[in-house]
Amino acid sequence: MNTQIEISDKPLDIQSCIDWVMSPQSGGIDVFIGTVRNATKGKQVMRLEFEAYKPMALKEMEKIAQQAFDKWPVQKLLIHHRTGVLEVGEVPVVIAVSCAHRDAAFEACRYVIDKLKQTVPIWKKEIFEDGEVWVAAHP
Amino acid sequence: MKINVLAFGIAKDIFGAPSVSVNLNGSTTADLKRSLEANYPKLRQLVSYMVAVNNEYADDEFLIGEKDEVAIIPPVSGG
Repeated sequence: MNTQIEISDKPLDIQSCIDWVMSPQSGGIDVFIGTVRNATKGKQVMRLEFEAYKPMALKEMEKIAQQAFDKWPVQKLLIHHRTGVLEVGEVPVVIAVSCAHRDAAFEACRYVIDKLKQTVPIWKKEIFEDGEVWVAAHP
Repeated sequence: MKINVLAFGIAKDIFGAPSVSVNLNGSTTADLKRSLEANYPKLRQLVSYMVAVNNEYADDEFLIGEKDEVAIIPPVSGG
């Protein structure tokens, strides 16, 4: 298998993600690490809560991975996403892509995270000191 | 036709439950949206929302069957 796609409520292990996409044929590995930021629009964020429609989210992530393989000469591709409560500085998502050359790795990695944010049924709630908001739900 | 509808994110808050049972007049995704919006007007305040049938996004003309897994997908915000 050239793809590894997981949704987990356990902390993501970045090094093992990188190790998994490494291969002797690879000339470069691109890694995107999403992290929980401490503020949104100037307002302090205490923590985030992620929820996934897991079977569909896995299916949508598989589709994105397949599109990346169709568009670029990708060797291995990994997408791991967290669910549950994440504190500031924790990692909700890791994308790792290995290719023979760096251009394809950069482009494919960017494509996967951008698409994931558009189509994969995962939701985050920002928790502030004085309330909480589902991100992107309202205009 | 009575169908069970799964809800996630803000849709779960709007329904007040992780799933609701809906009596559907008609059988398309658009019929379902009309029926849900009548019962839960707050759905109309969302930027948008989609319906997924059997883990795939379904357009407004999609025919829903009684045994399908149906879910409301409010704007996604993963990553």
